[in-house]
Amino acid sequence: MGILVYVESTKGSLKKASREAVSYGAALDSEVTAIALGSGHNQDELGSLGANGATKVLIDNDATYDNGDSNQLASSLNKAAEQLGANTIIFGTSPATSAVAARLSVKMGSTLVTNISDLPDTSSGFALKRGIFTGKAFETVEVSSEKKVLVVKKNAVDLKEDGSEASVENVSLVEGGVSFEHLGQELTAGDILLPEAEIVVSAGRGLKGPENWGMVEELAQVLGAATACSKPVSDMDWRPHHEHVGQTGIKVSPQLYIAIGISGAIQHLAGVNSSKYIVVINKDPEAPFFKEADYGIVGDAFEVVPQLINALKAAG
Amino acid sequence: MKILVCITHVPDTTSRIAFTDNNTAFDKTGVQYIIGPYDDYALARAMELKEAGTANEVVVLNVGTAETEPTIRKALAIGADRAVRIDSDPGSSLFTANQIASYAKDNSFDLILMGRESIDYNGGVVHSLVGELMGIPAISPVMLLDVTGTEAEITREIEGGKERLKLALPFIAGCQEPIAEWRIPNMRGIMTAKSKPLEVIPATDVSDGLSTREYSLPAPKTGVKMVDAENVDQLVQLLKNEAKVI
Ligand SMILES: Cc1cc2nc3c(=O)[nH]c(=O)nc-3n(C[C@H](O)[C@H](O)[C@H](O)COP(=O)(O)OP(=O)(O)OC[C@H]3O[C@@H](n4cnc5c(N)ncnc54)[C@H](O)[C@@H]3O)c2cc1C
Ligand SMILES: Nc1ncnc2c1ncn2[C@@H]1O[C@H](COP(=O)(O)O)[C@@H](O)[C@H]1O
Repeated sequence: MGILVYVESTKGSLKKASREAVSYGAALDSEVTAIALGSGHNQDELGSLGANGATKVLIDNDATYDNGDSNQLASSLNKAAEQLGANTIIFGTSPATSAVAARLSVKMGSTLVTNISDLPDTSSGFALKRGIFTGKAFETVEVSSEKKVLVVKKNAVDLKEDGSEASVENVSLVEGGVSFEHLGQELTAGDILLPEAEIVVSAGRGLKGPENWGMVEELAQVLGAATACSKPVSDMDWRPHHEHVGQTGIKVSPQLYIAIGISGAIQHLAGVNSSKYIVVINKDPEAPFFKEADYGIVGDAFEVVPQLINALKAAG
Repeated sequence: MKILVCITHVPDTTSRIAFTDNNTAFDKTGVQYIIGPYDDYALARAMELKEAGTANEVVVLNVGTAETEPTIRKALAIGADRAVRIDSDPGSSLFTANQIASYAKDNSFDLILMGRESIDYNGGVVHSLVGELMGIPAISPVMLLDVTGTEAEITREIEGGKERLKLALPFIAGCQEPIAEWRIPNMRGIMTAKSKPLEVIPATDVSDGLSTREYSLPAPKTGVKMVDAENVDQLVQLLKNEAKVI
């Protein structure tokens, strides 16, 4: 079959979504090549993809990739795929991968399937389950082509971890220039990135004002969580825009999502419905969010949250 | 400057999603359709550029069946000058992208605005597919976009923040807030929309190698376990020992 998996790093360490994509590849074939592009990778860490199922890792550490030009990235992946004879290319879902995957699929003349939430059903043909309607439904799609570009959602497959190391090889694939000029970047320092977070603490209009976010941040800190919010909260500038989750915001799929003073409007749920466990804290027992929750507390956030912080600290 | 805005015709964000015909077709019963919320941002920004005199024509395009025409008329009511519908029921992102690219290639637009993603198919890929098919850049998600002459300055969202870029026209932008304020059509807009041109063109053949086997719904939550507000310790125990997530 020939499988190539594109891997990314955040702040010098491999993304979990990338490790999962490698494990996804390993479930399809015993030979899996992972490829990293750009200068932002920790060379010493790349071999550890072996534990997730990679048999070989390629790295082209040319810094021009760091511009994030999807055309340049896709061109190099296309070249690597040709050299390896790979016809299935796998990506983990991240803010940057869908554009690269799309370009690559046109260059390769392959099919493109995004939002994949499960391993393929190969009992007859090759069928993939993918999320549609912002997580409200699934489509099972039959793929008839030999060449495939697959973009896999978080938690679509169990992460393989067996301690083996893969060999790492330097390659040079870079070609062509970047189609835009960089004028500047604004990054929020130090925070745990929302789409990557395993635990998310999120709060809504029930918190009354931005001055009350101290306890939300403290709860997040105690849990090692990222913070998020509902749309009205970012619309009113209580919190930055990139923290808002939902239909028109970030989609998260953490192990645990804690919603404080959020009513659970359908547009909000659309961004959080692939969380493994949901905890809802709301003073209104009729809040729709309770229907989507695993655990709930009816109570005033200003009393419950400080108690929860204390209880977590006490439990260590 | 000529702007093309690609819009989707999608169920209202509050719609209950259900399927019929043995789970092989979307159940349209009682569903209200809207312009995709991100496409609405794209259209609103196009209208602002027109009002500022930067653009002189805004064309909206939808790849869809005749059912989508009320949604296209709504875009005309918001202010687009004319509309194009490519007649087909798109089955995949690649099919849609091919239709858009083959129309746009022949009609020299300076800027193509789309939404960051459609809320039915959610690929977030049509912009990049069209960009690749046309050999032009596609940037998404774009939060701010300004055009001066033949160049544009944009702010795009990246992981953990945002960055500013400068690039030459033509290119494609996948839009999201706060690029512009959503608009609602006024009475005059609704009246004039009726007489604006809506051209229907046939789709080109594309084989995309994909077919839908069936649709399904997520398993419903089995019921929430309530914890007393006076006893948050219990929640901590449940998260530790039952869910095993902390
Ligand atoms: C096209 C479209 C797209 C949208 N996209 C999004 C999106 O992406 N994300 C999103 O979040 N929304 C989105 N919305 C908005 C959405 O419909 C809701 O309006 C929004 O989610 C409500 O936010 P909220 O729950 O914070 O506020 P509210 O609905 O006002 O709820 C506040 C909650 O706090 C509770 N509360 C009040 N005081 C306390 C207290 N002291 N302690 C505990 N609980 C308390 C209340 O009981 C209530 O349930 C969208 C809407 C549209 C039309
Ligand atoms: N059928 C369609 N007709 C016109 N534009 C579309 C269509 N489908 C998708 N688009 C555009 O492509 C964007 C991204 O869609 P998607 O890749 O499906 O998430 C949308 O926000 C629209 O601007």
